[in-house]
Amino acid sequence: MFDSYRGNTLRYDPDHCINCGMCSRVCPHSVFVPGSETAVLASPVSCMECGACALNCPVQAISVQSGVGCAWAMISAALRGRDMDSGECSCGGEPGTCCGAAQEKSS
Amino acid sequence: MVTTQSCGCSCTHENVAVPCCITEVKNVTPDIHTATSSITLANRFDHFLARWGVNRMGHTVTPGLYRLGNPDEDSPVFASANYTLSFDALRSALTGIDAYLLVLDTKGINVWCAAGKGTFGSAELVRSIECTDLAHVVRHRTIILPQLGAPGISWPEVMRRSGFRVEYGPVRANDLPQYLKTHTATPEMRRIEFTIADRIVLIPVELVHAALPAITGALILFFIAGSLAALAAIMAVLAGTVAFPVLLPFLPTRDFSSKGLILGMIVALPIAGAFVSNQTGPVWMNTAGACMAILIMPAVTAYLALNFTGCSTFTSRTGVKKEIFCYVPVMAVMAASGLVLGILLGLLGFLEVV
Repeated sequence: MFDSYRGNTLRYDPDHCINCGMCSRVCPHSVFVPGSETAVLASPVSCMECGACALNCPVQAISVQSGVGCAWAMISAALRGRDMDSGECSCGGEPGTCCGAAQEKSS
Repeated sequence: MVTTQSCGCSCTHENVAVPCCITEVKNVTPDIHTATSSITLANRFDHFLARWGVNRMGHTVTPGLYRLGNPDEDSPVFASANYTLSFDALRSALTGIDAYLLVLDTKGINVWCAAGKGTFGSAELVRSIECTDLAHVVRHRTIILPQLGAPGISWPEVMRRSGFRVEYGPVRANDLPQYLKTHTATPEMRRIEFTIADRIVLIPVELVHAALPAITGALILFFIAGSLAALAAIMAVLAGTVAFPVLLPFLPTRDFSSKGLILGMIVALPIAGAFVSNQTGPVWMNTAGACMAILIMPAVTAYLALNFTGCSTFTSRTGVKKEIFCYVPVMAVMAASGLVLGILLGLLGFLEVV
């Protein structure tokens, strides 16, 4: 109850992992951490589905339906009669956008 | 004879002195811009305006290659977005370091949002590397990217198409000097936070977005229902745009909507109390006002809170979608019943007067 963030679309197959360490390097929430033989899926509930790990895994051991967790984008897409998942986070579209001027720190 | 490069490089920026796509022209290098590490007063004013959402898409840097200090062919190369806040964070963090800065054309969007959209992506990175002739500017084949650019970049693809190895630096540009000592980031440098300072800095743009509907609503309420109703509207919006970002981690429950409903209720209670204890006007009218405050205010605050998911650094799309399906109907029913109650009582009052 009151926690919509327990489940997500992140899937990891350690059998394919070659332990290159890239997933733990790109994840900003320590979902993956380095392990002795394979990467360890340490905190799946912290995943925000940004898709960095899957896109940078050289052996496709990780899959995730990546997207931006932005209610504004999804609601506006739904209101315009479009698929919610097509809702582009309109940071950069028209004014009145979702992401504010967020994350300047990301160099 | 003009040959287009394999990347489909279109090189339309003015900063490229010669069209790079003409592969015949080998000896002419595209212009390299110059950057410094100092943040001027004008830069700070630009950051201020960006924070207030003024000319939102206008805070751009010309894409291309920049020289910071006196780099040579062995100096490191850092990639950034062509958003002033991103670019300025990078160049100021690299004070005293000679480097090349490769600014991608992300249409004036910060690194993380642009990576999510794919404009800070493999294709644009490869295009920039080719257009700036980076392979002839430096001798090594490594490019350091901000970690938060990773959702848009596939390093194997960049390697295959450009020959450059992608190295993911820390999340925050501030950590770069420390990172450069060993080229490894500590777990802390790899983790994104959402500190109170991070959240407060987002408040102005939230306020600006909500200002027009809030003022309009408050004015309408002022003329048809009085000053207390107008105050209620302002309070609900301030709760959602100012108090919510500040109190985010302290509000109970995990969902943004339920946090918003709780915060909205806390703000609604004094307003409802003020209605009930109102000595003027009929008792039923004041009771109705209190009920409306309790129904509508939490719904407004919760909706604004839900929309703050896009600003946060941790909400997943799956979770936000669940929140939308779960809470938007609740908010709609609360707001609608409050409005219906108001209209009915308004009509009753009108009939009684007649």
